[in-house]
Amino acid sequence: MAEGYEIIDHTYDVIVVGAGGAGLRATLGMTAAGLKTACITKVFPTRSHTVAAQGGVGASLGNMAEDKWEWHMYDTVKGSDWLGDQDAIEYMCRNAVPAVYELEHFGVPFSRTEEGKIYQRPFGGHMSNYGEAPVERACAAADRTGHAILHTLYQQSLKHGAEFFVEYIAIDLIMDDDGECRGVIAWNLDDGTIHRFRARQTVMATGGYGRAYFSCTSAHTCTGDGNGMVARAGLPLQDHEFVQFHPTGIYGSGCLITEGARGEGGYLTNSEGERFMERYAPTAKDLASRDVVSRSMTVEIREGRGVGAENDYIYLHLEHLGSEVLWERLPGITETAKIFAGVDATKEPIPVLPTVHYNMGGIPTNHHGEALRPTADDPDAVCDGLMAIGECACASVHGANRLGTNSLLDIVVFGRAAAIRAAELVTPGATQKELPKDSADLALSRLDKLRNANGSKKTSEIRLAMQRTMQNNAAVFRTTEVLTEGCQKIMEVDASLADINVADKSLIWNSDLVEALELENLMACAKATMFSAEARQESRGAHAHEDHPDRDDEVWMKHTLATIGDDGKVSLSYRPVHTWTLTDEVDYIEPKERVY
Amino acid sequence: MVEFTLPANSKITKGKTHKAPDGATNIRRFKIYRFDPDSGETPRLDTFEVDMDSCGPMVLDALLKMKNEMDPTLTFRRSCREGVCGSCSFNIDGTNTLACTKAIDEIKGDVKIYPLPHMAVVKDLVPDLSVPYAQYASIEPWIKTDSPLPQGERLQSPEDRAKLDGLWECILCFCCQTSCPSYWWNGDRYLGPAVLLQSYRFIADSRDEATGERLDDLDDPFRLFRCHTIMNCTSTCPKGLNPGEAIAGIKMGLGKRRS
Ligand SMILES: Cc1cc2nc3c(=O)[nH]c(=O)nc-3n(C[C@H](O)[C@H](O)[C@H](O)COP(=O)(O)OP(=O)(O)OC[C@H]3O[C@@H](n4cnc5c(N)ncnc54)[C@H](O)[C@@H]3O)c2cc1C
Ligand code: SF4
Ligand code: SF4
Ligand code: FES
Repeated sequence: MAEGYEIIDHTYDVIVVGAGGAGLRATLGMTAAGLKTACITKVFPTRSHTVAAQGGVGASLGNMAEDKWEWHMYDTVKGSDWLGDQDAIEYMCRNAVPAVYELEHFGVPFSRTEEGKIYQRPFGGHMSNYGEAPVERACAAADRTGHAILHTLYQQSLKHGAEFFVEYIAIDLIMDDDGECRGVIAWNLDDGTIHRFRARQTVMATGGYGRAYFSCTSAHTCTGDGNGMVARAGLPLQDHEFVQFHPTGIYGSGCLITEGARGEGGYLTNSEGERFMERYAPTAKDLASRDVVSRSMTVEIREGRGVGAENDYIYLHLEHLGSEVLWERLPGITETAKIFAGVDATKEPIPVLPTVHYNMGGIPTNHHGEALRPTADDPDAVCDGLMAIGECACASVHGANRLGTNSLLDIVVFGRAAAIRAAELVTPGATQKELPKDSADLALSRLDKLRNANGSKKTSEIRLAMQRTMQNNAAVFRTTEVLTEGCQKIMEVDASLADINVADKSLIWNSDLVEALELENLMACAKATMFSAEARQESRGAHAHEDHPDRDDEVWMKHTLATIGDDGKVSLSYRPVHTWTLTDEVDYIEPKERVY
Repeated sequence: MVEFTLPANSKITKGKTHKAPDGATNIRRFKIYRFDPDSGETPRLDTFEVDMDSCGPMVLDALLKMKNEMDPTLTFRRSCREGVCGSCSFNIDGTNTLACTKAIDEIKGDVKIYPLPHMAVVKDLVPDLSVPYAQYASIEPWIKTDSPLPQGERLQSPEDRAKLDGLWECILCFCCQTSCPSYWWNGDRYLGPAVLLQSYRFIADSRDEATGERLDDLDDPFRLFRCHTIMNCTSTCPKGLNPGEAIAGIKMGLGKRRS
């Protein structure tokens, strides 16, 4: 075992790991409720990836046209391809309107309509009257909505005097013999010390794992750490096969151009100059759901109608919107297109490609944000002491495909729900049981092993091999052959972790070691993704299986649970989708064919 | 005449050279400030020869390539790689800017990368930013109102909302803060351009009802009035914001109140 690491002990009522939108909303709510709360984050809060969200947060305010939360719920269920849990979806859509008003009250600088109300724009898959026509539902602060929300939530956290541990890397959970989560072990980069945080509730809010792929819109820090920690604690990861490809990542860099660009009237063309989405989605056209648009683009490219010397990308046109609209409503992406594609979007089209963007899967939870440890008898059994919110969680409100704007909504609604639930479950300042003697062993042995790893492969080499495998073998379109090969390849890459080399042996700001720890988390996510995808013999939402092109509700309307054993192997089981709503005010929406 | 009081560890020695792989023909040299807190050694300047044929266009791409392929111990902050998170601010080629949006081919000759100036360095390119963060918290950067909140949103006209443009987009990268000579000399007491810009973001917000209190708090020879309108801040801001103008806005607000 790892001797010689001094441990600094802390006791809190609740620990939140992550200071993105989800973590901050939970932290400030818990602090305000009188719970002694600590928020641990590996980057300063305003550097969290939520800052990059562009287009908007979804809520049926009806500021521009009639809208209802029931329509929003219908769209979300349909978008999820009926894999979403409708009780959780009802909870989210019902709470969307008050959640956005709350954000405004917190000070979010939303763009405004002439009457001074919050400005809303159309977004993919958001329709009026149960799928009739696109509706303006995305509440926007220009095209920097995530920045506006994240900074405001941090400001509110300061107002409430929340306690932060910044640039602390959470390494592993502390689990006791009863299977309860008792806290987390973290490493302070600034001075190299190890900290043991004991808490009644530990909340994972660590974001997505986009960096498991070679090309993604996600930040370098999106490494699925929460998912990795939960998997190492022997808990399952749910629905990891559902990875969203955003239609408009900039060709080359992968930087995102928001769907709001199409919401404002932008459209896609192929090499023949054709607005091809009219063929694939006659009603919603360029504003069809993301999985639909990404597949259509991929088909166009495959059939030789891609743009460019290699016919390998698609054009996004915004130039007809005029520079005034672009600079007022889409200033961020106009700048991004200039910097990363060298394109003046007011004059010429932007080269784009479907790019990995969001993870629908994650740590299974109920609609209070409590993490699950499903059993055969009780598929909704809760894991005591553990919660999960935001992109690392799977409530499941996004099912097989998330609608744009529903993630910013998810993080604030479930961040708040977790705070409410924690206040119900935890008595402030109540004494806590002693921690198990070996509480730090898992974390410290992992840290120590990697820190002293003297193999022959750099972290970056193994990471690249993993990213290429995911990019090639778990892409927009999948086949049995490609997925079977993918499973074998990802296990080979996983095995090469035994040969990793960490050159930096220090403890202060050892970013080489941070990346090695992150790589182990990414690998757990990647394996769960590949194996879950290989098993699912149907097409649903973002999982498009060419050998099984249809959705199969009979067999596959169920959530995948991937558990990673001590031997590193993935085993799969399933739990039923919730086919009920939260209240009697809406009926369960029966599955039907999904057309846009 | 200003007197340079360089922080500890500022005597920089010549460091290692990391050669480009054999056969590389399109090479750029990067000179990178290195400081290892554990070694007890003074900082050094390492040279990395980077093969530009297999490197992305931005300075951050080169740094990542150096870390991934040449020296994994090289340490710097980065996250979004698209200029929105504010992590990767360094002094590059003599100016403070974001590595992820700074194109390498805009720089002539060797590319010199140092940490943000006049801050204590934790390791390599990672400065200690706890002082500016605390200064940010000290201005109570949250919206303050006494009026009861409506059930729905507070209304704000597009004209009033437009007054926030150029303020709310600040990513707290502190490029401006650490380019300001007044901040260098009085960083313990002068709030600095980034923090003052944030303060003005609330003063300018038609929804905020604490303008008087905010101005009182700033009406101080050190917190605000160390700004001598040198405008380094504005010329360096990688997001094209204008902290100098925001500071002028605060001074005007105070002036109006006095007259
Ligand atoms: C470019 C882009 C644009 C987007 N636009 C939109 C949009 O317009 N609308 C929308 O609804 N959604 C959008 N999304 C999706 C949405 O932004 C994210 O899903 C959401 O912000 C995730 O928030 P989060 O709080 O779960 O995680 P994040 O914001 O990613 O935060 C994760 C936090 O966890 C911390 N953390 C992680 N690991 C550790 C560890 N080991 N130890 C300590 N701390 C750790 C990090 O420091 C960070 O604070 C967009 C996504 C991208 C990539
Ligand atoms: S204008 Fe003021 S804040 Fe800006 S650099 Fe000059 S002295 Fe500093
Ligand atoms: S004003 Fe500009 S330079 Fe200063 S912190 Fe904000 S974004 Fe950075
Ligand atoms: S990495 Fe985020 S600003 Fe450069």
